[in-house]
Amino acid sequence: MKKKKKDLDMISSGVNGKRSPGDVVADVIIYIVFGLFAFACFWPFYYLFINSISNNDLVENGRILFTPVGVHFDNYSRVMKIGGIGRAALISVIRTVVGTVLHVLCTSFMGYVMSRQELWHRKFCYRYVIVTMYLSVGLIPVYMNIRSLGLINNPILYVISGIVGPYNMILVKTYVESIGQSLEESAVIDGAGYTTRFTRIILPLCKPVLASIAVFRAVGEWNAYMDTIIYMPNGKWETLQSLLFKYLNQATALAKMLERGDILDEMGQTVSISPAGVRYTLTFITVFPILLVYPYFQRFFTKGIMLGAVKG
Amino acid sequence: MRNQTSAKERKGGEDFVKKKKENVPVTNATGTIVPNKKKKNPILTKDGKLAPGFRLFLMALPLFVYIFIFAYRPVAGLRYAFYNYKPPKNLTDCDFVGFQHFTNLVTNPAMQKNIVRVVKNTLGMALLGTALNWIPMVFAMFLMEIRHIKYRKLVQIITTIPNFISWVIIYSIAFSLFSSSYGMLNNVLSAINENWQRVNFLGDPSHMWIKMWAWGTWKGLGYGAIVYISTITGIDQELYEAASIDGAGRFQKMRYITLPALIPLYIVLFVMGFANLFSSGVDKLYAFQTSLNRETLETIDLYIFNQGIGSGNFSMSTAVGIVQSIVSLVLLTVANNVSKRFREGQGVF
Repeated sequence: MKKKKKDLDMISSGVNGKRSPGDVVADVIIYIVFGLFAFACFWPFYYLFINSISNNDLVENGRILFTPVGVHFDNYSRVMKIGGIGRAALISVIRTVVGTVLHVLCTSFMGYVMSRQELWHRKFCYRYVIVTMYLSVGLIPVYMNIRSLGLINNPILYVISGIVGPYNMILVKTYVESIGQSLEESAVIDGAGYTTRFTRIILPLCKPVLASIAVFRAVGEWNAYMDTIIYMPNGKWETLQSLLFKYLNQATALAKMLERGDILDEMGQTVSISPAGVRYTLTFITVFPILLVYPYFQRFFTKGIMLGAVKG
Repeated sequence: MRNQTSAKERKGGEDFVKKKKENVPVTNATGTIVPNKKKKNPILTKDGKLAPGFRLFLMALPLFVYIFIFAYRPVAGLRYAFYNYKPPKNLTDCDFVGFQHFTNLVTNPAMQKNIVRVVKNTLGMALLGTALNWIPMVFAMFLMEIRHIKYRKLVQIITTIPNFISWVIIYSIAFSLFSSSYGMLNNVLSAINENWQRVNFLGDPSHMWIKMWAWGTWKGLGYGAIVYISTITGIDQELYEAASIDGAGRFQKMRYITLPALIPLYIVLFVMGFANLFSSGVDKLYAFQTSLNRETLETIDLYIFNQGIGSGNFSMSTAVGIVQSIVSLVLLTVANNVSKRFREGQGVF
């Protein structure tokens, strides 16, 4: 690791040689441009956060720009009292966890099955799955299919759609093939069946690739909002994302609701919060899990891309 | 990129099979009967039990059925395009109209106008994106010029974050910054200038393509650069050292060593961009759609959504979807072939 870093260092000029004044100027420009872009990527999240914790009147008038004023965290508890938000958060969490686990299990099992040479009509089975990547019939036929299955307004759809991903299946298959069969063969000699071999040998060995798949899937599940809008029109199964979107689109309606005191908590008390407060707070609640896990999972993100890009 | 890698993977997979087949005579030591034994993986073994391969197939069968239901069964839904489907009724009770919806797309003047508009928007945005997709490459090249490793890593990590947040959040950020009554920009401008007329930057239909491109770039630039960055780290360092000895400056090294190493990847991604010319996706655009900006924002995908799910014109939007799918499939095939030929010619990938 150390050595690699040192190697990387040599890419830029001036390490081995002298740096001309032109190089210095170029360096300064590069540093500033990248700094500005990084700032532009980071600042909106900071802006959301300081607005969600600042004095609500100041926020409403757009006075909070760089530093929070009148810091309080009441908005977070107040927002949770607004009907539906707690429930939406729960639905978001459940669909992310269950959806990710199902996807990783089914997809990796499929990848393992495809890696086995003895699979009955292996080539056909493989193509049968791969073709689905190219088979795009369009939104409406898919919608009609879901409807005829009775999955409209049915939260099962959240976790059941896309449990086998052909692309991820290929990743697992390639990975299983790359680790070789000797371990598995020794298990066969010990009399282990497919289930045991898959759960005891393949899954532990595939941890790196499974972690990448899981992280990408979890982010995808958490961020999904179109499926709620398309398939859950009755509003009973809102996720955080779709609820936030609803509030954004009905910003004025929300403001009126709050003004009239229509929004009551469970105790029947009026929730005192401004529309802007709701917006900022809800947005930050929705984005926070991603920001929280991001530093930790960052390496998986990078690894995931490289699995896809280099393996082929 | 997805399709590109998958095509390669598939090729690799088939090679794998072929190799195994070649091995069969060797391992069997009965090379002569191999041609007759075409059916390599039978259902039953010789002693009448289920063969392991077939047992494995049975274990995976529920998933195959699942795939059939969710990926193949929708194909049947294509028939909606040939009926005059009115939602509460059964499809069988509706009129069969043949290709009327398809001919309407080109003959009906109102339809025609809409189609031209959405195709123009789709192509405009896609071509803008494809024409500018060298930006991640340049981003990566200059990022690697940063010598302070910590600063470079920090920039890389921060610029990748936006890729992992949803379009709803991005819209919420856009709303907080640029909307007319709540937006930060308008607040600041009206604080500076009392006569400032609040501008609805989001709803305003002008420059919509560029605005959407900018949001896409904000979201995807850092992430898109990762592939290039790892290619750069894979370049042999001796090349740079040799160039330094020969007196090459920084930009010469970038021009003659780094850039040539990245170009093949760039071209593959560029070609694959053409495969997706007609599919804009709905997520991104639906979030930013308002009744004001539809004129310049609505793409084919979004039009299908708005007409089908939104207004209940299922048959017509299915027809639009079919035409779109066919065009996309043709483009994908062409792009796949071009990039495959290119990759083989280069031998880099």
